[in-house]
Amino acid sequence: MKLTLSLNGHSTELVAAPGARLLDVLRDAGCTSVKRGCETGDCGACCVLLDGEPVNSCVVPAAFAADAIVTTLEGLNDDPLMRRLQDCFLEAGAVQCGYCTPGLLLVAWQRLREGGELTEYDVRHAMSGNLCRCTGYAKPVRAVLDAWEAMP
Amino acid sequence: MSTLKDGRMAPHESPAAGRRSVGVDVPKSDGEKLVRGRPVFTDDVLPSGCLFAKVLRSPHAHARIVALDASRALADPEVVAVLWHPDVPQIPHTRAGQSHPEPSPWDTTILPTKARFVGDRVAVVAAETLAAAERALELIDVEYEVLPAIHDPAAALDADAPMIHEVPDPRGIAKGGESNLAAMIDVQIGDVDTALAACDHVIERTYVLPRVQASHIEPHVSVSWIDEDDRLVVRTSTQVPFHLRRILARILETSESRIRVIKPRVGGGFGDKQEMVCEDLVAVLTLRTGRPVRLEFTREEELIAARFRHPQTITMTTGVMNDGTLVANRMVVLADTGAYGSHALTVQANTGQKVLPLYPLKHIHYHVDSVYTNNPISGAFRGYGAPQGFFALESQMDEVAAVIGMDPLELRRKNHIRLGDVDPVSARLNEGKEGLARTVNSSSLEECIRRGAEAIGWGATPAPTHPRFKRGLGVGVAMQGSGIAGVDWAAATVKLNEDGSVNLLVGATDIGQGSDTVLSQICAEELGVPYEKIIILSSDTDLTPFDVGAYASSTTYVSGGAVAKAAADLKNQLLTIMAEHWQVNLEDVRFVDGVCMGPRDLSLDMGGVAHTALYTAKVQPAATASHMSDDSPPPFSAQFADVEVDTETGQVFVRRFVSACDFGTVIHPKLAEGQVDGAVAQGLGYALCEEVLVDDEGRVRNPNFLDYKIFTAMDMPLMEVIMLETEEPSGPYGVKAAGEVVINGPAPAVVNAIAAATGVRIRHIPATPERVWRAMHEC
Ligand code: FES
Ligand code: FES
Repeated sequence: MKLTLSLNGHSTELVAAPGARLLDVLRDAGCTSVKRGCETGDCGACCVLLDGEPVNSCVVPAAFAADAIVTTLEGLNDDPLMRRLQDCFLEAGAVQCGYCTPGLLLVAWQRLREGGELTEYDVRHAMSGNLCRCTGYAKPVRAVLDAWEAMP
Repeated sequence: MSTLKDGRMAPHESPAAGRRSVGVDVPKSDGEKLVRGRPVFTDDVLPSGCLFAKVLRSPHAHARIVALDASRALADPEVVAVLWHPDVPQIPHTRAGQSHPEPSPWDTTILPTKARFVGDRVAVVAAETLAAAERALELIDVEYEVLPAIHDPAAALDADAPMIHEVPDPRGIAKGGESNLAAMIDVQIGDVDTALAACDHVIERTYVLPRVQASHIEPHVSVSWIDEDDRLVVRTSTQVPFHLRRILARILETSESRIRVIKPRVGGGFGDKQEMVCEDLVAVLTLRTGRPVRLEFTREEELIAARFRHPQTITMTTGVMNDGTLVANRMVVLADTGAYGSHALTVQANTGQKVLPLYPLKHIHYHVDSVYTNNPISGAFRGYGAPQGFFALESQMDEVAAVIGMDPLELRRKNHIRLGDVDPVSARLNEGKEGLARTVNSSSLEECIRRGAEAIGWGATPAPTHPRFKRGLGVGVAMQGSGIAGVDWAAATVKLNEDGSVNLLVGATDIGQGSDTVLSQICAEELGVPYEKIIILSSDTDLTPFDVGAYASSTTYVSGGAVAKAAADLKNQLLTIMAEHWQVNLEDVRFVDGVCMGPRDLSLDMGGVAHTALYTAKVQPAATASHMSDDSPPPFSAQFADVEVDTETGQVFVRRFVSACDFGTVIHPKLAEGQVDGAVAQGLGYALCEEVLVDDEGRVRNPNFLDYKIFTAMDMPLMEVIMLETEEPSGPYGVKAAGEVVINGPAPAVVNAIAAATGVRIRHIPATPERVWRAMHEC
């Protein structure tokens, strides 16, 4: 099956095997920031933005992405807000193995873009679908709050 | 630094002065590529033409694999190979991934003739696509002879129990053919029976520990191929590249020279990636097909066929005097090693050796039966036996305190091991055999207890936040080791480049914990060059020197020692080169902050020195050094939980958690705190919600992250980490270990807090709402 979508700002044509999930198609397309952690929608490692909303791409049939706008971390690496978040993650010591990191960065970026007040509870809530086995979440939460505090 | 709610920074005290890299939060060496999501993990880069492997797993807990017909599967042109036991060498080995000589029984073959648990390997498939490999599994016809199975470890040693391994392993560690005993330990120090008889109180309790899983978010994954020199290359998410190369060479009947193991970034390991669970399978498929092969576990496979912390039942009998003097302790452990004896001996040795010295009594009896069952395979998981032992010991201390009417902290203060004390256990029990005596040469344990108690507000339990809730505080104290004394060793190579940068090549295995960063810091400090000048590479068996790998909390202490030595050697070479170049006496040349100084006003920075060496003296300054320690100095921790219990539902909420730690010198404060944060999250899961459930047929009932629940950001309490550094004389820059000790305290701290809140003692974790509610209602 051929699939046309906007991937990280570029109109892209991808080939998807029948029954393929968005996760597989994106990794095949070279978006290695999209990680495979559980394939049941329970860990958030495969998080991408589908039409601006964070989704776990392992439970999204590839066909759903037809004509959609898909953004992965690769597509935001030049975004100033994402760069600030990345710097705050590095500064806070929020990265250990880094396998969960792209997913955490995407949900945090999306939450910061929403704007409004941000409490520690809000950050934890936004991250609650992303499992991290290394950091105990303390430093990732701190990093997002740091990035928010530094926002203009 | 962990931040408290009010933004105050948690205290951090460092004795280090005048250091530029050690003790500094330098940028993590692999941080940038990780936050950018670059292709750095095993599965991110696959060789072209790569085949995809899948494992056909046994549906039976115990069954002989009599016949296998793959013709229907192979009829699919996309299916390239199907291998089962007649197709591979049947050389007994262990997949435990340990040093030579391996202490685990050799009771395993690549593909077994008999399945010993639900999920055991029956066959392995390679196909052009993952989908084709998955389809092929459905099309393989297997004839099994189903055998009676055993799932209750308490019945595994019965005379009529089915024999899980029919022959003893070649080195006689396990008793295959005779009984289901995979390993046995019995150590007696003093005379426990006589001592107990003379005590004012004897307290005996039994504790039950669950099967839990490491749950690194990156699954096990390996890729192999044949390179242009016909050598086998295995790129894999492992903690032990050098052990893997040795084990693969033996079981594939080749030599180490024919194999190269590469470890890229690893997405967490926690002990579970010490085990060889994919590498041998991709290797046999590559050798058979000549093609690259990739195998990655699904999460379901992780929770069925990876490794688990050993479930144990521990009975502890403690003798104490009215004044709180502990006199004697007996610890009897029944451990379920599952279908194979991976770490069957050594994990259980640790349950005693790492735990009992905390209260160095004259009379100690430690006994273990580590038994085979037809359950999933137990193995290494952070803490390596100590979390089980400390749950029992630190629960027991509160029970003892309750019986004699003493404050639980006071009881601990009175009895815990102190600076200068000799640990009575290590000389008798190290890796399951006689070991080396250990004296405590650095400790801030007393201070950890005092400062931790202060931070949690010991003696002043906060009011419950709801009338339905009850609130309590609890403590768990722990120690661990720093590597395995006299066993773990490491090597490091340093090489100077003409711009003054330094290649640091280490076999030490960064699995996310940050060892690349910490080892670079040690190298930079020793050479006096900026941290940014260090270019680290870990680990590639063709390029880096030997290291046992990332386990037993050894990397900073042991591998760090090798790095410091290699760097010192390099520095000496440079001094000689410069003395000759300047035509001055060697004694008159020295390094000050990375600048080489001679007599008069002779001086040259590291870049200049390197240039002189490479282009004038025409030598490559480089050094390789090895390091082993006969000591394994214990890091210490005192951890405190503030919990609320919902009396209506039995649910436990951890509100605050304090960890006061002695890791020796802290090389990188943020990474060290990160070790604490992560260990506490795993430890709280152990206390409250993590349990792999195995039914009467040996099937895992919850093999996914929805039903096997690990802590999320919402579940975590407010955390505080207090570092109370010491200077360990045997460690480079005074370091000890950080990775494991802090996983021991959370579970006992939480159940002790539950007991303080409700008066109810949970001796079987996890303390799920149902267990707590039943305990409160005595049903
Ligand atoms: S891989 Fe998609 S949620 Fe885990
Ligand atoms: S940093 Fe390892 S899983 Fe989050």
